[in-house]
Amino acid sequence: MPELFVAKVSELPDGERRIVAHDGLEIGVFCWQGAFYAYQNLCVHQGGPACEGIIMHKVEDVLGPDRTWHGQKFSDEEVHFVCPWHGYEYDLKTGECAADRRLRLKSFDVVRRGEDIYVIA
Amino acid sequence: MVDIPLSDFRHMAIEEFDTTKLLEHAARQARERGYDKFPIVDVDSHHYELESLGEILQYMDDPVLQQLAMSATQSGGSKGTGVLPSGIGYQDIGGRVLRYSVRKLEKVGGDEHRDITLTRRWMDAMGTDIAVIFPSPMLQLGLHPQVEMEVAFARAYNRWLVERVLSAEPRIRSMLYLPFNDPAASFRMVQEFAGKPGVVGFMVTAARYRPVHHNDYMRTYALLEEHGLPLAFHSAYDWNEQSMAMMNRFISVHALGFVFHNMIHMTNWIINGLPERFPKLKLIWIESGLAWLPFMIQRLDNEYMMRSSEAPALKKLPGDYIRDMHFTSQPMEVTDMGALETTFRMIKAETQLLYSSDYPHWDFDLPSTIYDLPFLSETAKRNILGGNAARVFGLELGGKLAKVA
Ligand code: FES
Repeated sequence: MPELFVAKVSELPDGERRIVAHDGLEIGVFCWQGAFYAYQNLCVHQGGPACEGIIMHKVEDVLGPDRTWHGQKFSDEEVHFVCPWHGYEYDLKTGECAADRRLRLKSFDVVRRGEDIYVIA
Repeated sequence: MVDIPLSDFRHMAIEEFDTTKLLEHAARQARERGYDKFPIVDVDSHHYELESLGEILQYMDDPVLQQLAMSATQSGGSKGTGVLPSGIGYQDIGGRVLRYSVRKLEKVGGDEHRDITLTRRWMDAMGTDIAVIFPSPMLQLGLHPQVEMEVAFARAYNRWLVERVLSAEPRIRSMLYLPFNDPAASFRMVQEFAGKPGVVGFMVTAARYRPVHHNDYMRTYALLEEHGLPLAFHSAYDWNEQSMAMMNRFISVHALGFVFHNMIHMTNWIINGLPERFPKLKLIWIESGLAWLPFMIQRLDNEYMMRSSEAPALKKLPGDYIRDMHFTSQPMEVTDMGALETTFRMIKAETQLLYSSDYPHWDFDLPSTIYDLPFLSETAKRNILGGNAARVFGLELGGKLAKVA
């Protein structure tokens, strides 16, 4: 399995991503809160570039103890990246499709060697 | 540069945008599936006409309305404000569908109209030979309280579109906007524009409140029938409609609104016997998806069996008339393949269904949504992706538009 160079650690700050390609395979590598995550850049919907869109926290309803609705907020924990073609959202930490967790992007291991980040394709 | 607001007070700065790059994966699908071997006709796609608002208003011939529109446009802050009914809505899903906010960054070169260059870019990526384009914000023009403004804007737009876009690029066609709130003006519109370059039919935006069976429209239908030009109903939503106004999320209004108005027009069309009165008039229902059709067929058939006295003009079941009509495919509901297959059977998709992308809108469908369906034969796929449209519109796919079948 080839090891693909992604970037120097300094070149991939928090909230950024790189797309690396090898032999027709595209992989999106994200840095989020100091950790790296890598997924195939191929949306389960219509095959769009799933890893190339914006990163947004999950939207959550705010409910009261009496089950009344008090508005919405962005999650403190869960963050998604969004396929730019039609908006499918993926859990950044698992690659699962947020709307249906039975669907997920193929994930890849990321290794750090000194200052260099590699993804194992 | 465009600065997109994100969650958590973050922002994302984007400096360039290119349709070809965005659709690289679509181009790969086209190569892998051999779309160069057969014609693909996209029967519902869009451009953003307000980007050319200044040009369009030059074609408005009522000097007072033109001056009002020009002034409102300049002082409104955003294009179209004060001229078009405002479409409250969040089509871009809060910036998640990126191309909405960054399309202005896309560079085009040369002298040809920007709309032509941009349209051809996505067509080439998807493998599309001919695209029928429609406007975007104008889909709500039927809600304009000033009928004379609907008429003036529609005629200006139609003149501009024919002269500046359709005449210059034979791969782009359109079904022109009918100012349906004014039946006489609609009739004149068909008279004036039938036969003009690139005009393959006429279109009524569905979000409006005029019954299609009113006698005032009969001569327009007759004229369309005479010309062999299809009449299309392009769906849209009206969040201010009383029932829609009960819904608090755009997903709700979009999911129901884009079907609701077409359901009403289709019911009126059939129950009032218009298919019997205009048997040769081709009807196309646009952008309501397909899931509503089994519902309509079953619902109307079931009630007609008991209440045929209320629809005496019918000579067959409502569903039989529906199967004579045509439908564009997008946004095709694909979460239950069994239901979709049944739908295809119920609407005789192999001959009646017309592929559409709706690009660049948020819920566009690529040709692969049809081509990859497991239950279709190769012939059926090719019919739906282009053959049916070629027949309905009488398109000549000869010359350089031809693909080897
Ligand atoms: S292809 Fe990714 S959301 Fe549709």
